Amino acid sequence: MKSKKILDTVIEKIIFCCGILAIVFVVLIFGFLLKESFSFFKDYGIINFVTGKLWYPTSAPPRFGILSLMAGSFFVTLGAAAVAIPLGVMAALYIAEVAPVSIRDFLKSGVELLAAIPSVVIGFIGMVTLVPLVRTVFDLPTGLTAFAGSIMLGFMALPTIVSISEDAIRAVPWNYKEGALALGATRWQTMYRIVLPAALPGIIAAVMLGLGRVIGETMAVMMITGNAAQIPAGIFEPVRTMTATIAAEMGETVKGSMHYRSLFSIGVILFMITFCINFIADLFLHRMKR
Amino acid sequence: MNPKLAQKIAFVFLLIATLCVIVPVLIILFIIVKQGYSAITWEFLTTMPRDGMRAGGIFPAIVGTLSIVLTAISITLPIGVGAAIYLNEYAGDNALTRIIKLSIVNLAGVPSVVYGLFGLGLFVIFLNLGVSILAGALTLSIMELPVIITTARGALSSVPQSFREASLSLGVSRWQTTRYVVLPNALPGIMTGAILSIARISGETAPILFTAAAFYVPHLPRSMFDQVMALPYHLYIMSTQIPNVPKNLTFGTALVLLMLVLAMSLVAIVTRVYFRKRRKW
Amino acid sequence: MVDKIVATTLNCSYGKVHSIKQLNLTVFQNEILGIIGPANSGKTTFLRTINRLNDMLPGFSATGTLTIDGADIFAMDPEALRRKVGMVFALPLPLPMTVYDNVAYGPRRHGITDKKEIAEIVERALCASSLWEEVKDRLNESAMKLSGGQQQRLCIARTLAVEPDIILYDEPCSGLDPISTAKVEEAMVELKKKYTIVLVTNNVKQASRVSDRTAFFLMGELIEIDQTAKLFVSPKDKRTEDYITGRFG
Repeated sequence: MKSKKILDTVIEKIIFCCGILAIVFVVLIFGFLLKESFSFFKDYGIINFVTGKLWYPTSAPPRFGILSLMAGSFFVTLGAAAVAIPLGVMAALYIAEVAPVSIRDFLKSGVELLAAIPSVVIGFIGMVTLVPLVRTVFDLPTGLTAFAGSIMLGFMALPTIVSISEDAIRAVPWNYKEGALALGATRWQTMYRIVLPAALPGIIAAVMLGLGRVIGETMAVMMITGNAAQIPAGIFEPVRTMTATIAAEMGETVKGSMHYRSLFSIGVILFMITFCINFIADLFLHRMKR
Repeated sequence: MNPKLAQKIAFVFLLIATLCVIVPVLIILFIIVKQGYSAITWEFLTTMPRDGMRAGGIFPAIVGTLSIVLTAISITLPIGVGAAIYLNEYAGDNALTRIIKLSIVNLAGVPSVVYGLFGLGLFVIFLNLGVSILAGALTLSIMELPVIITTARGALSSVPQSFREASLSLGVSRWQTTRYVVLPNALPGIMTGAILSIARISGETAPILFTAAAFYVPHLPRSMFDQVMALPYHLYIMSTQIPNVPKNLTFGTALVLLMLVLAMSLVAIVTRVYFRKRRKW
Repeated sequence: MVDKIVATTLNCSYGKVHSIKQLNLTVFQNEILGIIGPANSGKTTFLRTINRLNDMLPGFSATGTLTIDGADIFAMDPEALRRKVGMVFALPLPLPMTVYDNVAYGPRRHGITDKKEIAEIVERALCASSLWEEVKDRLNESAMKLSGGQQQRLCIARTLAVEPDIILYDEPCSGLDPISTAKVEEAMVELKKKYTIVLVTNNVKQASRVSDRTAFFLMGELIEIDQTAKLFVSPKDKRTEDYITGRFG
């Protein structure tokens, strides 16, 4: 009996450690990124890093300005948002409120299926279908553009936006709707006057999480956006994102070099951006639950 | 405008938006299957690549992906379930719990390429594991941890509280109650989540880019400390780094990867349905 | 008569809700004490305080003393306490396993590994809850397949299998039909020879049928406690009279 008690206590301690590990990992990730980037900022200057327009990591002297990379990420995310937010929210409304029960499960499976496709496969398909299409339709020198990237990324953000928005829409209490319907409003009027505003916090959270995924997306952007480190003049120009820069260049850097540490510094920026996005999304999700 | 007409028009727009989401998925699947199935032969699945990936099979990439993914899940599953048990069965409503939950949310949002950086810094260089199956698996296991914790917590909290009380009222300890009453009943849900996680990390590329994946390795992995080829990375290099790869080989690789992912998702869904039907409460 | 459970100026609350106020109450050995009272009168809280199941609930706190055989329960190891104090819940709560495993669950967790010994305990417990005859050929079926009344007696058997001193019944027949209720009550009367029983019930008639003494709780206070025959025939307090004659509650 005594030994059993001890065993219980030991196991409970182990379980507690598992719980704590989540915190440990966050601290470790941030710590490892900071360790490399700190010395980089000391050598290169954080202002030069964030406001420099030129990214020539291997020229002499090297230039590590990430403004163009941030602009690339920003443009692509903006484009993806323009694609994914209206489509996603409308599809969520349709699936939650309009679709007949018989096809609802089919539509939901379709959305889950999209979420299951690996990003490298999406990137590949975009390369062989969308990119040539964009090139011929808009008569461009190359189809590898911010435009093509935005469409593909918007597409990748859709499962998150649709499924979380749908949950939010369904969570709107039935009596809200009943009240409006009883006053003679049509289902559509009820949807956009009552249901949408009530579900708004959840929808905002869905959009934030979807965009968080877009900013962090790597393989598909690297394959589709053309990877030119320049501040884009328009959506039909190639761009390069922060994530793609890390993925494409890390393999060729020397461990500990300026270039190596500069990529970790980009990682820190990405980490902080997504941290904020997820934190805000979480706040909205909690507000919805209450 | 007549509200009835407005409703009709609005619903048509909603339908079109939904189709814009669903139809491309079907088109993607159709294209990959149509272009790729001709490449799928026994030889393709079981032999080495030849002629600089322009011929031959993808066997080492399949083996590599499976070994990374299975190692990762066997690391992350016990930790994730442990953390879920802590949060669901033990944790009080206090600051520590809130910090743990916030950390989980945060881990879930870290971009996959940042996990790659972290894995490179910690496992490959600092712990000196080198670019290896183990380093890649550890990286993926941390990335997948929040997903496992969240699904396992869902499974645990779906076990009725009354079961716990019945067991506790017999003088059975908290851990024994968890072990003999809560866990067995949460197991189907936990397994479903684990299988879905396997599917998800099979397709991940960025985290293994600098931690495990190799462009080409002429032999199968011999130990946990070997670099390996991996299916998603193989697809990436075939489609971007090597000119003149026969089209059906690239599509074939995409098809194999997709089938691997979808087959596992299907297994997870079937498991879920099966156990839901058999559920005894 | 031996004092078994003694509560002295016991106060219990959940957060700001004060659900038991200044309770002084003694339960004697080998009696059935019935506790009646309307909803939210604190009777279930009292029961769940005795085996410290309330410890699990956030915000629960208790002051005053509560002793069993003279030992302060709040100083005891809760697991040891709960082995001594079994509980039967309002709804039948078989665990999702076979009939046999349900009864064997407690002894097994308490470290009995000998198969024969467990089989004996199971049979004894099922006999004592007068269920053995009905289930002896269905021991390997899922407990969820039994009828509600059988499930409730299975839960009694499961409690008996860990050999407690005291059994707490929390409205054990609230979901049962009259015939099942009669069987559970029959088992209860039989069991008081060996055990001390506290029965919380919404059903005034049930208390009058089976309990030796009856206590009436209202809004967290003990209004009156007496021999069942006396309390029901000539209650001292007007509120008790109103309740048992069905004027409120």
